[in-house]
Amino acid sequence: MKELIRKLVESFGPVGFEDEVRALIRAEIKDFADEIRVGKLGDLIAIKKGRSGGQKIMLVAHMDEIGLMVTHVDKRGFLRVAPLGGVFPLYSVGARVRFADGRLGVLETDRREDTSKAPTLDQLYIDVGATSQDDCPVKVGDVAIFHQGLENVGDRLIAKSLDDRIGCAILIETLRRLKQTPHEVYFVFSVQEETTSAGARTTAFSIDPDIAIAVDVTGTGDTPKAQPMAVEMGKGPAIKVRDAGMIADPRVKNWMVQRAEAAKIPYQLEIFRLGTTDVQAVQTVREGVPSGGVVVPARYVHSQVEMIDLADVENTVKLLVELLKKPIVMSNA
Amino acid sequence: MASLLTNLKTLSNAPGVSGDETAVRRIAIDLIKDHVDEWRVDTMGNVLAVKHARGKARLRVMLDAHLDEIGFMIFGANDDGSLKFRAVGGIDDRILPGKAVLVGPDRIPGVIGVKPIHLLDGEMNVAKIEDLAIDIGAANAGEANNLVTVGQTATFATEFRTWNGAASGKALDDRAGCAVLIEILRGPRLPVEILAAFTVQEEVGLRGAQVAAHTFDPDAAVALDATPANDLPPVIDQDLSPNTRLGHGPAIYVMTRHDLSDPRLVQHFMTTGDALKIPYQIRQPGGGGTNAGGIIPTRSGVPTISVSVPTRYLHSPASLIYVKDVRAVVALVRESVARLTPQVLHRS
Repeated sequence: MKELIRKLVESFGPVGFEDEVRALIRAEIKDFADEIRVGKLGDLIAIKKGRSGGQKIMLVAHMDEIGLMVTHVDKRGFLRVAPLGGVFPLYSVGARVRFADGRLGVLETDRREDTSKAPTLDQLYIDVGATSQDDCPVKVGDVAIFHQGLENVGDRLIAKSLDDRIGCAILIETLRRLKQTPHEVYFVFSVQEETTSAGARTTAFSIDPDIAIAVDVTGTGDTPKAQPMAVEMGKGPAIKVRDAGMIADPRVKNWMVQRAEAAKIPYQLEIFRLGTTDVQAVQTVREGVPSGGVVVPARYVHSQVEMIDLADVENTVKLLVELLKKPIVMSNA
Repeated sequence: MASLLTNLKTLSNAPGVSGDETAVRRIAIDLIKDHVDEWRVDTMGNVLAVKHARGKARLRVMLDAHLDEIGFMIFGANDDGSLKFRAVGGIDDRILPGKAVLVGPDRIPGVIGVKPIHLLDGEMNVAKIEDLAIDIGAANAGEANNLVTVGQTATFATEFRTWNGAASGKALDDRAGCAVLIEILRGPRLPVEILAAFTVQEEVGLRGAQVAAHTFDPDAAVALDATPANDLPPVIDQDLSPNTRLGHGPAIYVMTRHDLSDPRLVQHFMTTGDALKIPYQIRQPGGGGTNAGGIIPTRSGVPTISVSVPTRYLHSPASLIYVKDVRAVVALVRESVARLTPQVLHRS
């Protein structure tokens, strides 16, 4: 699974430009899905059909990653940028960046009078080694990602875009391992989660699912002087209770907790104040979709050194298979 | 024979503050009704019109322009006969004092009060809108209430003018887009079905366009709007891109603060412009927003592009545009849409 994760996190897929990731995932799942299609905004939708009597379940992980779009090429060939999703300038200074054609650059900052404060994005520029506006190979509107390979530290992985290629890897692995299910399961690899969740929202409209489950990353409270949060890396997948954009349907949450306990899979409860995920948009589609999430604890989210624990990934796959392989019994909260 | 410029003048001079678009809606209907196959007004007040394709339609394409303009709403009368008011849509408090306005359906003239320079004693602070009032010449609250009622809207009183290839007036955001859409509808049939939406309440949250897109359920959409040009005199001598520039043609959006134009449509519009030698410019990415944000996430998703008329002094009493830019927007949108095929939107 690590090689799959490597391929996913090292591919190019900033918000709105997910074609390379979609092609990679399509190749990985083509022998395991009963049907594959592409949504109008670019979501990849793989369907696994179950025996009759099950429910229509939508799992969603997003293909897109945060990135930068060029807004200006100055007279000396330096580039100014606008964010694609939540880019933190503090995490970004000194980063290597890569454009769609493979061209590299470095992200640096203007000389600042007050270095006690974090720079703003307006103070950053990309240097692609150009000597003038005329010989600069990059144009306004071109997009870049952080250029960072996957690294191992013990059982933990460091990479860019683990948010949410790790979710993509988990969906792929779940699809491969799910031999039998009573349900019609839609594995959705969505676009544009980092800005508007327009991909997941519109795909949910086309599927009209009975239940939606986000497979994404969440923050942790286990680093020095972290904002308090009762999620730790390595302690198992986090079952969504609420985040900054939604409250998980309590029946979905309880179903997940019961299945995790029955199968003796470690889990935590996610209450996340700093972000949200695709099912926040899915929840209010059409007549409403009972929604929840199984998310992977990750440190340094939206940086080029996001970190996750492989055991959490494995347990997330196990939990999803447990959830999907049997009929669903939901109790009211 | 109504020309693009006469239409733009009529549209610009008409009142149509967000939520109160009746007058400008009537004008739009009059200008299109003999040139479309169907039209109706929906529950929110959008004008939805259909112009069938020449032959079998290759695609169904929604063209959107918003009817509404920024303006004011009357909140009540002060004892001295002046009117309390608030902004509808985004208006910079600094531009308000001393401006002529027209209030309510009867277009009662008024002036946003300002203390003349003769009486100023070194005070140069910008007044907040809460501290301003519209003076309609009424002597007291009773007289004011006979002329104007709470909830009526007011617009800037600027008369449209055109000279030497330039045009200036109020509400060019987005009457310029409306004029473009009308021009396309009054033109020849295209190989695609045109789903025209003159939408309401863009300035207060893209509300009309969401509903219009849901009704039409199009294969693709184009949001026609006016976008800020900050190539302003005096030219700021900084090595920074202007957002857009007047005279450089249609502004194609790649990205706003949140929304992306569909990259395939961006490429298609650029290719069309290059092939037909229609000028265009890429609007500086980031910031702002258009009805595309309301259209894209509708139903199963709508690939959408925003194309705008570069406009100086947006959301002020008098915006300024170049007529040749408006004509180039008509040409680029008409020709790009005419050349749109399912292959452009195919994705593997």
